[in-house]
Amino acid sequence: MNNEAAAHDGDHSHSHAPVQQEEHPTYYEIMEIAVRELLVDKKLLGPGEIRRQIEVLDSRTPALGAKVVARAWVDPAFKARLLENGRKSCEEFGISFYDDTQLIVLENTEKIHNVIVCTLCSCYPRVLLGLPPDWYKLKPYRARTVSEPRAVLAEFGTVIPDDVEVRVSDSTAMVRYLVLPRRPPGTEALTEDELAALVTRDAMIGVITVNGPDEKEAP
Amino acid sequence: MRPDSTESQASAANVVFAEREIPIFRVGDVVRVAERSPVGHYRVPTYLRGKTGVVEAVIEPPGVDNEDESFGRNAGIKLHYYRVSFPMTRLWENYKDSPSDALHIEVFETGLLKEKP
Repeated sequence: MNNEAAAHDGDHSHSHAPVQQEEHPTYYEIMEIAVRELLVDKKLLGPGEIRRQIEVLDSRTPALGAKVVARAWVDPAFKARLLENGRKSCEEFGISFYDDTQLIVLENTEKIHNVIVCTLCSCYPRVLLGLPPDWYKLKPYRARTVSEPRAVLAEFGTVIPDDVEVRVSDSTAMVRYLVLPRRPPGTEALTEDELAALVTRDAMIGVITVNGPDEKEAP
Repeated sequence: MRPDSTESQASAANVVFAEREIPIFRVGDVVRVAERSPVGHYRVPTYLRGKTGVVEAVIEPPGVDNEDESFGRNAGIKLHYYRVSFPMTRLWENYKDSPSDALHIEVFETGLLKEKP
């Protein structure tokens, strides 16, 4: 034990706010606890399994998806396989799919801009991007993206020219979608890792494009 | 994704496929989203009820029906999902933006009806 930890354990002279639950749990939090405890009680699930699945989810972040995108940008054969069968090529790349979902990768081009949404709930490529942002799960994004996608995109600062087709993919059942953004110009000299660092979560949802290293984000 | 199931049938002549294994729709088919009653929370969003679209891809492998599965009624029957596309202008009367804008979605086989061309 180092000195600081020892000091913290023994001489508790400094003051800090106590860490404690301030509010009563909500209806759904209570329901979640009740269901979880019942599942464990009935031996349908063990606490270890629940913890393990949380660890699986925590290991998935947009950095994984960014690696896939960067690889597709530098390796045309990988890109072709990725567009043909998203799940299989991600698995080849070392990214496991822990559920029965398939993956369709949607390529943005000069003439097509893709954006993804789940109108029924919050289907999202969690395997590659981790947990969805809160706005992705809220009704305004879900309802408006399928009925006025260009207006929604414009609010993200993404103005799509009229001669570019906007394709909205509504993910509802067993397929997850990932947008393969366009590689920004002026990035020919970058390494695969440097390219991956340019790719953000929102670009893989399709609400923004990827900026080059010297470009500023749209205000 | 398998664009045409008859090819895979022909490649192994001595194998007979069970009816359900073969997708009933093909790429290019015009399909109508079933209007189910009562209107409720199905795995096909309400805004697509009765709309016609075009099958863009057959999604492999076949899967169980999410709706049955959610009620614990999965008897192991698998059917195909289809990726179907709809022009935005057909979904929304007042759609003012580009007529080439489109909505794409995957729908389970039982949620689609064949539309006469």
